[in-house]
Amino acid sequence: MTRTPFVLRHPSVLVVLTVLAVFTAAVTAGSAAYGSGAIPVSMIKLLGKTLCLALAAVAMDLVWGYLGILSLGQMAFFGLGGYMIGQWLMYARTETIVAAQLAQQPIPATAQELQDAVTNQIFGVVGSSELPLVWSFAHSLTAQLILVLAVPGLLALVFGWLAFRSRVNGVYLSILTQAMTLALALWLFQNDSGFRGNNGLSGLQNIPGLDHVGQATLSVWFLWASALALALGYALAAWLVSGKFGSVVRAIRDDETRVRFLGYPVEGFKLAVFTIAAMMTAVAGALYYPQAGIINPAELMPIASIYLAVWVAIGGRGRLYGAVIGAVIVSLLSSWFTGGRAPSIHLPGYVVNWVDWWQVALGLTFVLVTLFAPKGIAGLFDRLSGILPPRRHGRDLGPDQGALQEKEATA
Amino acid sequence: MSALLEVRGISKTFDGFKAINNLSFSIGAAELRAVIGPNGAGKTTFMDIVTGKTRPDEGEVLWAEGSKSLLRMNEAQIAREGIGRKFQRPTVFEDQTVAENLTMALKAERGPLAVLRWRPSPDSEARVAELAAEVGLSDHIERKAGELSHGQKQWLEIGMLLASDPRLLLVDEPAAGMTLAEREQTTTLLCRLAETRAVVVVEHDMDFVRRLNCRVTVLHQGSVLAEGSLDHVTRNPDVIEVYLGR
Ligand SMILES: Nc1ncnc2c1ncn2[C@@H]1O[C@H](COP(=O)(O)OP(=O)(O)O)[C@@H](O)[C@H]1O
Ligand SMILES: [Mg+2]
Repeated sequence: MTRTPFVLRHPSVLVVLTVLAVFTAAVTAGSAAYGSGAIPVSMIKLLGKTLCLALAAVAMDLVWGYLGILSLGQMAFFGLGGYMIGQWLMYARTETIVAAQLAQQPIPATAQELQDAVTNQIFGVVGSSELPLVWSFAHSLTAQLILVLAVPGLLALVFGWLAFRSRVNGVYLSILTQAMTLALALWLFQNDSGFRGNNGLSGLQNIPGLDHVGQATLSVWFLWASALALALGYALAAWLVSGKFGSVVRAIRDDETRVRFLGYPVEGFKLAVFTIAAMMTAVAGALYYPQAGIINPAELMPIASIYLAVWVAIGGRGRLYGAVIGAVIVSLLSSWFTGGRAPSIHLPGYVVNWVDWWQVALGLTFVLVTLFAPKGIAGLFDRLSGILPPRRHGRDLGPDQGALQEKEATA
Repeated sequence: MSALLEVRGISKTFDGFKAINNLSFSIGAAELRAVIGPNGAGKTTFMDIVTGKTRPDEGEVLWAEGSKSLLRMNEAQIAREGIGRKFQRPTVFEDQTVAENLTMALKAERGPLAVLRWRPSPDSEARVAELAAEVGLSDHIERKAGELSHGQKQWLEIGMLLASDPRLLLVDEPAAGMTLAEREQTTTLLCRLAETRAVVVVEHDMDFVRRLNCRVTVLHQGSVLAEGSLDHVTRNPDVIEVYLGR
């Protein structure tokens, strides 16, 4: 028996990857570094960052839309990814600058003097002159790249193991994930946690060793990297949710107890998906923050993770392309409306200023989508391709909190 | 005949209410057993204890050769030992097709990595088709389980139980909501299954139990009131009292 290739069995993967490739090529053609220059550097960075958010949304959809866990702490992994790469970016760059300064002195600086000077430069703001233990590997790009995956992966593994093993589910699990990201943010806010407190890490847009390249070119490189990460992440997620593994994962979402009685170790599956999603999110964060230039603990506050859930809900949970569409559309609209460029609406007696009203509009959209279009934007695509919800007699697809509602199911 | 499952003196109290009270039960490797009893007698709780969903406060549940204790295992491990369970309400995965439901239930390794590596083979596909045929769902194999009728869902669930080929099958009120013809089919199937494995059927319906033509255990207030052939237990004054006395 020959099996049809993966992309042919799942044509939506091919469509998404093609659209992504065309988009990336088009933006490259409009960039100053490789094309006409019609698209300003700041716009290219915004688009690159948006692709990273889309990758985080794909991971969120794995956890929420497929596994049924409404995690409200996903951006903790995103932030951690950013911090891990940020450590190297900041350390290595400060080292170059300090080394150049010290080189002017008559006596060459020792390695210890160099490190002390770097430490002073980075941690002066928080009144510390010792290199925190957590920066032990900051000099090594390889080590920090490994940590980008290892730290969030380990956090997800430990957190998930504790939570899933004691069978915390539904709302309680959501609250627990939120507490996790909040606790992490509050810890990072402290000056003595070793991550520069509320100053966060900055200057991340300057890549050590690439000073000669310039932001115009770098922004395109990061766009490519982000697009590649999204493509790989999307393909990985699509592969995970297809086949028997995906079948079991969706079954856990709809009726976890039943899956146990079939003999599947439910906790193991949850842990696997949660950890893989955490690492995907961390990669997204590690690509996002060099484009943003700065990261601080506020990025890990629960509200960021709630936004991520809202994007996925509006895009359509349980559809990977829905997550991408939701993240891209809503985050781009957000930055347009809150960037002060959206024209205000002049009503008689009141001016609707979008900077103030966007949050309200977004919240309202979320409520409306939840009530009237639980399949979100992806639901439109389903209707176009003729996938209709099954005519069924029951309502919920399963007794568990994460189970899809009847309206969301595909035929 | 040595017992496949042996339950010794289990008790379970819910908020001060003794749902199971010093209950003992055993069943051989190829035996059909009906468990009857009034509502609230503890029949479902008994199944919950055997399948690991509920932990008893005291007692032992011993399994198969070597009398392994099931109390130290979780639901999934017990299921992998070869104990299958059919719930009172049909529980199939409604968002997935009949084929996907059956494929999940097929005998295969259950760990995440093994499942990730698993690929359909001609064998597995043939087995799914065979199971679907056995439970009369051949024409519906690519349909979502959620679209099936209540009776068809019951059958799909039975098909899933067959797929995993359990050594002990626990069936909770299979006849509920079935038509007469479906009931007859079900008794035939249960009797045939019991030729090669142990089957415990919880049932209210006396006609259904009569048709099973097997040893009967009567539960009342969480313990065994009587055991024997249906005629034997229905002549028992205690049983008459419980069934007719209220
Ligand atoms: N999880 C539980 N919590 C509290 N009481 C329970 C629980 N499960 C069962 N019971 C009680 O135990 C008794 C036996 O229930 P059950 O085993 O479902 O009876 P049956 O299946 O024989 O009708 C009932 O009175 C029921 O209310
Ligand atoms: Mg019952």
